[in-house]
Amino acid sequence: MSIQATSRSMSANEVAWAIAAAALTVLTLFIASKATNPFYAFHMIVFALAGLAAIVALGKRATSGVPAQAAQEINGKPNYNYGPIKFATVASVFWGVAGFLVGLIIALQLAYPALNFDFEYIQFGRLRPLHTSAVIFAFGGNVLLATSFYTVQRTCQARLAGDIAPWFVVLGYNLFIVIAGTGYLFGITQGKEYAEPEWYADLWLTIVWVAYLLVFLVTLWKRKEPHIYVANWFTLAFIVTIAVLHLGNNATIPVSIFSPKSYIVWSGVQDAMFQWWYGHNAVGFFLTAGFLAIMYYFVPKRAERPVYSYRLSIIHFWALIFLYIWAGPHHLHYTALPDWAQTLGMTFSIMLWMPSWGGMINGLMTLSGAWDKLRTDPVLRMMVVSVAFYGMSTFEGPMMSIKAVNSLSHYTDWTVGHVHSGALGWVGFVSFGAIYCLVPWLWNKKIYSMKLVNWHFWIATLGIVVYISAMWVAGIMQGLMWRAYTSLGFLEYSFIETVDAMHPFYVIRALGGAMFVIGSLIMAYNIWMTIASGEAAESADAGKPALAPAE
Amino acid sequence: MSQTYLTLANFAQQAGVIFFMTIFLGVIAYAFWPKNREKFSSAAELPLKED
Amino acid sequence: MSLWNKHAIFEKNSIILILGIIVMISFGGLVEIAPLFYLKSTIEQVKGVRPYTPLELAGRHIYVREGCYNCHSQMIRPLRDEVERYGHYSLAAESMFDKPFQWGSKRTGPDLARLGGKYSDDWQFRHLVNPRDVVPQSIMPGYPFLAKAELDADDIGQQMKVQSLSGVPYTEEMIANAAKDLKAQVNPDDPNAAGLEKRYGKVNVRKFDGGNNPAKLTEADALIAYLQVLGTMVDFKGYDAKANYR
Repeated sequence: MSIQATSRSMSANEVAWAIAAAALTVLTLFIASKATNPFYAFHMIVFALAGLAAIVALGKRATSGVPAQAAQEINGKPNYNYGPIKFATVASVFWGVAGFLVGLIIALQLAYPALNFDFEYIQFGRLRPLHTSAVIFAFGGNVLLATSFYTVQRTCQARLAGDIAPWFVVLGYNLFIVIAGTGYLFGITQGKEYAEPEWYADLWLTIVWVAYLLVFLVTLWKRKEPHIYVANWFTLAFIVTIAVLHLGNNATIPVSIFSPKSYIVWSGVQDAMFQWWYGHNAVGFFLTAGFLAIMYYFVPKRAERPVYSYRLSIIHFWALIFLYIWAGPHHLHYTALPDWAQTLGMTFSIMLWMPSWGGMINGLMTLSGAWDKLRTDPVLRMMVVSVAFYGMSTFEGPMMSIKAVNSLSHYTDWTVGHVHSGALGWVGFVSFGAIYCLVPWLWNKKIYSMKLVNWHFWIATLGIVVYISAMWVAGIMQGLMWRAYTSLGFLEYSFIETVDAMHPFYVIRALGGAMFVIGSLIMAYNIWMTIASGEAAESADAGKPALAPAE
Repeated sequence: MSQTYLTLANFAQQAGVIFFMTIFLGVIAYAFWPKNREKFSSAAELPLKED
Repeated sequence: MSLWNKHAIFEKNSIILILGIIVMISFGGLVEIAPLFYLKSTIEQVKGVRPYTPLELAGRHIYVREGCYNCHSQMIRPLRDEVERYGHYSLAAESMFDKPFQWGSKRTGPDLARLGGKYSDDWQFRHLVNPRDVVPQSIMPGYPFLAKAELDADDIGQQMKVQSLSGVPYTEEMIANAAKDLKAQVNPDDPNAAGLEKRYGKVNVRKFDGGNNPAKLTEADALIAYLQVLGTMVDFKGYDAKANYR
């Protein structure tokens, strides 16, 4: 026993978490024993195993002598909690590569349908939700967890609240990802875009999300600075609004607790409105507000100068969250949704252009006086290009929400191109920039190779341009072909002719996607080498980039 | 369409314009209020603060 | 105590921030969503829309499961080319019992809102098994496994009951007879076929495999039963478009 001198008995906090984990294990094993669907039983067993693993980990935490409560400060400096952030950062790289790869596969399936192999578990209809969820929620979500936990600690000069709770948030969120993602392959889906996970996954996410809000909020309460930095405003808006949207759009009644299937309480036109209120604000608050928080912290930090205008950021914040929430109906132009709602959606979408560009200007102008850094720091260049893509897609978006434009663009690949200029250009690049910043800061190492960052930047940028140009041409051509008439007043093209015409563009798009995947693999290698064998950074220079010239 | 609906819609539109303009001007005033200037410029330095 | 008080002020600020966020995001949602529930004009007055039969509902589940909505819309817009290509523009009433709605957002394949009755069961069956057999340039995946998988719909009554809790007018009689009605719809000689038609009105009663797979009740049967009813419920002869403008 003497070798376990540091061992202690479990703290009350650990016991409480262990009891919750045990309850989860027992409940899910019971459900698994009576499940009506083998895949659902499998999911319940995954939950049970996660519960058991949590109990073991909590026990080990006590016996291995980790203090029950970590010190808030060491030598008068905040004792920042980086463990969960490190996990989320690595997870984001993993899910990013996986999600982009699935995207490439489904792009190829559209060009070469034989790649569906007539095999139910890997067909387009099941892989497409896997792709969207993997990139938005798995990649994007982990990036947001990592950056928000990092930013809130550093700008509050306080350790993250809770000892076990932050780990629960990060691990619980990734468990949700695994359950949701495998569920799609098994055919477990609600059939609502970007909200496909079924009721039990939704319920789990709700619990995790409440914990996320509490950890974030209590950390804010611990802050030593009088002001809450604007990045944290955006994160808070992201967390709160996603919670509201998630609950509204997933108001379902399960067929039974032994069945994975549930039915939404809304139907038809009301369900459509709920869905796109959710769907567009997943864009607005998950993919915009959350990542704007990254912009407002990482760009100033990397450029080593304060944000261009803090006052503009306040106006940006309130205008953005107020206007975004109205924009949903532009996904339902000319549908059976009443006209008044469509008009409201269009009006607010157009107004949204202003705060979006206010934010873009604020991000870009932060570099005024430091533009030379773009030449030498590929990480900063990545983030600045991402803000430029943000500006481009937030101009394109309001334009496409105009009903006359939308009548052409809707249902076509133009929408897909628009989404990807925002997703690959804005969300992807600002995330890569944040990851390239975070890894050296968290592990206190120099990045393995700035040259590889440079390669990542150029290959991925070229890939995006190839991708979105192909989709612009494909989408507009498709829209025009659908509405083309012969001189005799007949529709000129059958539908299948318009499908056939897409083929070359689908091939080009897959090529662009492949380049983006290659870029992400370069990043994964670079991050791996940095963590595994990177050179230790001198502590004073930990935050500074090693410079490499632009090529 | 019935008269009550039009009256109601009319009222909602006018009240909405006034209400939203008030909020908007409120945000602008808050952001540009001279007293807040110092608070905001110190907040803007937060990311650059090293511990 | 004084330190605690100072903290309280900070805490209040973040709570005020959350309240501000909630207030700001509430307007849009409330103004756009709430009226859809109480404005009577939201859903048009039409005749003929009925809840799905048990077999159609089981087929709809397969439509959702396979993610058909990723490539097919079910929403014809009131634009000249769409109406000429697909048929009468879609009404809100036509999806009033759809949980979830399947209007879609992308047409990699054609709109399906009025697919019902356009093609034979045989065509549908062969198209599902291998789309390129009937449409050589098609890029749709093949679904041969649907033609092999026996339809598992043991809890169809329970599914209808859950739907009835939030507005779908399934009667207790419909729920009680769900399993029998499901079987009766693929067999015109079934003693329950008359009961099925009495409960639901206009119903397609036949084996939906186009004669390709008579022995088994498969997932393909259910899916085709669903596809063949799409957009066929409303009688547009009695539809007054002007009165329903909103």
